[in-house]
Amino acid sequence: MKNSTELLEATVDYRTRESFLELHARERAKALLDADSFRELLGPFDRVTSPWLAIQDIVPEADDGCIVAKGTIDGHAAVVVAIEGKFQGGSIGEVCGMKLATALELARKDTENGTPTYAVLLLETGGVRLQEANLGLALISEIHAQIMELRQHVPVVGVVAGMVGCFGGMSLAAALCTSLIVTRQARLGMNGPEVIEQEAGIEEFNASDRALVWSVDGGEYRVKAGFADLLVPDDARAVAKAVRHELAKGVPAVHRSSKVEHYRNLLAQMDTSRQWDAAMVAEKFGKESTK
Amino acid sequence: MQTMKFEYPATGRVPRRAHVGVVGSGDLEVLLEPSTESKAIVKIRTSVDGFDEYWKAVLDRFFSKYQGAALIEINDFGATPGTVALRLEQAVEESEA
Repeated sequence: MKNSTELLEATVDYRTRESFLELHARERAKALLDADSFRELLGPFDRVTSPWLAIQDIVPEADDGCIVAKGTIDGHAAVVVAIEGKFQGGSIGEVCGMKLATALELARKDTENGTPTYAVLLLETGGVRLQEANLGLALISEIHAQIMELRQHVPVVGVVAGMVGCFGGMSLAAALCTSLIVTRQARLGMNGPEVIEQEAGIEEFNASDRALVWSVDGGEYRVKAGFADLLVPDDARAVAKAVRHELAKGVPAVHRSSKVEHYRNLLAQMDTSRQWDAAMVAEKFGKESTK
Repeated sequence: MQTMKFEYPATGRVPRRAHVGVVGSGDLEVLLEPSTESKAIVKIRTSVDGFDEYWKAVLDRFFSKYQGAALIEINDFGATPGTVALRLEQAVEESEA
């Protein structure tokens, strides 16, 4: 794992690289698919947009912040679903969530009907969209179910690039992916830093302490702790290469999220009488979890 | 949120539809497509209320140069007039590319 990271790092020329973080969701999807193979489903001109935001006085987006792109990756049929983190924090509402869940369902049906279809999920999301709470929650569980179904047949690769990060119910979707690619700018966590500070107090977690936040939720530390697989630099070509690298591995015998007993044992061994830090978590979970 | 609608006389051809921008802080999305009528229609949804005159000024200037009989839909999340003007020009550029 470490070697792959260094290999990818070494290929980046910062003078000529194309930042992946600066790309919008549609451009990110394009950057991952084979050249000229991008074909968007339910694009902005189809006007399938949130029926709930405008009645709550919030400006909607024509694609509801979810880009579904069919195409090929190394000539292999693929669907890339990219969440636009800049629109409503990448939150999952009815339309956005349904687009993602249905894209996965169709990929599975195509796979079962003889066209194996890879899935790549670009997860920049704070989780459920509070203005569409119940529908968002229902769809996030549907997304989880669809990932579980599809990953039995083909790899489902998640990418958390930043800067929004991936939180809430969608962090569970990230955890269910066959493989998870992150950058140093990425953050991955169940509760976001602001939520922890608000609920448990600033002594528990200071959300404005960036060093602290990234030492817990940051991509680099998530890889060290074995909760993400590959750390890549902020470069569109490096991300595209990493996606191909992870897809080529195929479906593992056991997914990380299915190693329930393994993680239950590790948790049981944790001494909760002392404060754990990132290095201790990496020491405890990192070496074991990749086995 | 405020909605607005503007119309301008226009007969120019719009070669193809174009979509630019995102509904993110300080930004907007523009959907530009051929209109079936011989005029341009602009529908705006903006998160910032009360700037009707600014919108009119930006669009007046835009349509003093652009002749396309376009149906334009704007979803705005607090973009400055300069950003709006640039996004409109970008949409035209993509439409005519």
